[in-house]
Amino acid sequence: MAAISEKAKGQQRLIVSVSPHIRSEVTVSKIMWTVSASLLPALVMGVYFFGPKALGIVALCVVSSVVFEHLIGKAIGKPGTISDGSAFLTGLLLGMNLPASLWSINPFMLHVPILGSLFAIVITKLLFGGLGYNIFNPALMGRAFLLVSWPRAMTTWLAPTATFVGLDAKTTATPLGILKEEGVGKLMEIFGTKGNLYLHLLIGDRAGSIGEVSVLALLIGGLFLLYKKYITWHIPISFLATVGVVVWIFGGKDPATGHLVLFTGDPVMHLLSGGLMLGAFFMATDYVTGPQLRSAQVIFGIGCGLITCLIRLLGGFPEGVMFAILLMNCFAPLIDRAVKSKPFGFREVKA
Amino acid sequence: MPTFAGGVHPPDKKELSESKQITPLKAPDRVVVLLRQHIGAPAKAAVSIGDEVKIGTVVGRPEGFVSAPVHSSVSGKVIAIGEFPTAMGRPAEAVVIENDGKEEWAELKEDPAFMDLPPEQIKEKIKAAGIVGMGGATFPTAVKLSPPKEKTVDVVIVNGAECEPYLTADHRLMVERPSDVINGLRLIMRSLGVKKGFVGIEDNKPDAIAGMRKAASAFQDVEVVSMQVKYPQGAEKMLIKAITGREVPPRALPMDVGVVVQNVGTTVAVYEAVRFGKPLIERVVTVTGEGIREPKNLMARIGSLVSGLIDECGGFSAQVAKVVAGGPMMGFALSSLDVPVTKGTSGILVLPEEGIFHADEFKPCIRCSRCVDVCPMGLTPGLLSVLAEKGRYEEAKEHNLFDCFECGSCAFVCPSKRPIVQLVRLAKSMVKP
Repeated sequence: MAAISEKAKGQQRLIVSVSPHIRSEVTVSKIMWTVSASLLPALVMGVYFFGPKALGIVALCVVSSVVFEHLIGKAIGKPGTISDGSAFLTGLLLGMNLPASLWSINPFMLHVPILGSLFAIVITKLLFGGLGYNIFNPALMGRAFLLVSWPRAMTTWLAPTATFVGLDAKTTATPLGILKEEGVGKLMEIFGTKGNLYLHLLIGDRAGSIGEVSVLALLIGGLFLLYKKYITWHIPISFLATVGVVVWIFGGKDPATGHLVLFTGDPVMHLLSGGLMLGAFFMATDYVTGPQLRSAQVIFGIGCGLITCLIRLLGGFPEGVMFAILLMNCFAPLIDRAVKSKPFGFREVKA
Repeated sequence: MPTFAGGVHPPDKKELSESKQITPLKAPDRVVVLLRQHIGAPAKAAVSIGDEVKIGTVVGRPEGFVSAPVHSSVSGKVIAIGEFPTAMGRPAEAVVIENDGKEEWAELKEDPAFMDLPPEQIKEKIKAAGIVGMGGATFPTAVKLSPPKEKTVDVVIVNGAECEPYLTADHRLMVERPSDVINGLRLIMRSLGVKKGFVGIEDNKPDAIAGMRKAASAFQDVEVVSMQVKYPQGAEKMLIKAITGREVPPRALPMDVGVVVQNVGTTVAVYEAVRFGKPLIERVVTVTGEGIREPKNLMARIGSLVSGLIDECGGFSAQVAKVVAGGPMMGFALSSLDVPVTKGTSGILVLPEEGIFHADEFKPCIRCSRCVDVCPMGLTPGLLSVLAEKGRYEEAKEHNLFDCFECGSCAFVCPSKRPIVQLVRLAKSMVKP
């Protein structure tokens, strides 16, 4: 009887650690790679409409992000973080947030995506302590940095061609840009009917950032993440609903006078345009830079929606999703603190 | 189906041992009876080296109100009294008895009218039998059955959730001895003057539910409730919420909402103590896990060594990394197999190297909210772990640190594999509640 246990004891030392002794299979890298995979449909559509240039931009961002993460991470004493997939995802998101027109040799523009990656990975993330400690969404900070540094290049949009042979693709404005500069009349002139406009926006056959154009593809990826429970409805739905409602109330103008007419806005056009779907499902839902409590996330989403509308309807830029998310990133910890979780069985003490 | 908010679904792994009938473990040549097998003051040795004892002889007398006696689980001679390694890591005082193999009982007298005993006598018998909560918390049962006068208890719940993965000890008792469980429940109800009793069982034990329902069918005041399978359904507060809808406030006890909860094993022990005067000298221990050759549900004497239980089950079948006393979610990892089975040992879980997560390979919190979603107590475990890591213990306390009962759901789901329970325990040890 004693022999077996003697043998067992002699064979190995037992590991002693605090419970629990089993762990779920989900890991940080599994999450990051799954989110990256869920962006694939939108990327494929972007490349389909804007050609190999689009793929080049995204690849450049991914490679430079991963390289910066490796080199600078090593230099500041945080090595070995590439495999967690977060640098890949940041590069992918940054690339998908850029116009394909940046793939240009004359004038030379290829340094732009690389510097964006540098800003995203090194300044926004690593210098704040690495994954988990950054305050702002790295990809969006990278994009914001580029937008203020190279405003012309960052708003030069290729027209969707869906051909891989066209060498000199035409440039054009985004639907939101047209709406802002020339009004809804011009949009109707280009697309004919509202239905046709919506269809183009849904499929992604319009000017814009590489990864934002195809709403359909983004929805497929977003629903997949919801199904996998990697994200929850709280941020995307409150974000989208706020934009829809505010635009419906305040987004309509009298075509003749240009004065605000309440309850005549076009929420569908706004929901399908710009970077809203990409932002609501893939950027505002970034764990690190958003609130942790579900009720706080709803407030966060509403805040994102309000700021987006403020910029789109009243601001100088046609699109405001990026600034909205970055601004709300600042407030994420504060919202968490304000709503504070109630422990089980907790009852307010009545005065 | 009744349940609570939050919780996790770890693979239940019950199939390893759920169909194995309870078999007796041969009384070992030597038992190590710890004097502290319960929450509260340790018992005081009541025997001396060289004393002859029988099965059921008191070897440790309770000290104070919250305490319990301990009894010899074999007949033989006391050969040592002193510090002995325990499952919890710290050595503790124990009485070591050499078995003479005669299996003589000190005193065992059946009371045919056991169901008609007055409440005080029932409690006396439970107290004398040294019965404590056998689900792992080991709170002295007699104390639980003596609420202060101002608290009215109107519901007794038998906890048949057995929500810890792998463990099947309570499951087997409910399948094999359903009427003993019901009798024990009705004795507890009688001792408290309570008119309503429940047995809460998770839905993954249909045979236990069916058996218990049949045994309970004769009694109007007892109801068997089938609950959703979810960890930690068997935590007292979660069980009470699922069955009665009542929420036990933070820092309060079940009796504050009129409920007393007893484990299945405890309930059977109550029945045996009241009917036969049998002290708590043995219990069902599930020996299971992927690293054991033949998983079993053993009726083991208190004081048997874990190594003996493992030998009885054919020894290890694989390179073993961890041996856990209790379940995988809240059990204690053993550093030695020469520790004794106590009244609270519900299982011995043998986990092989593969599938083991090494605790030092954790990453920073990415604030993914998974822990917030699963925490049955409505806390923010990730934040608590970060505050503990940074030494901000007082701040952790403001975030309801002491409401955490360390179920481990947060650490189970954490994608960064953070040792959240360990960090919470650290914080708890650094501040006053």
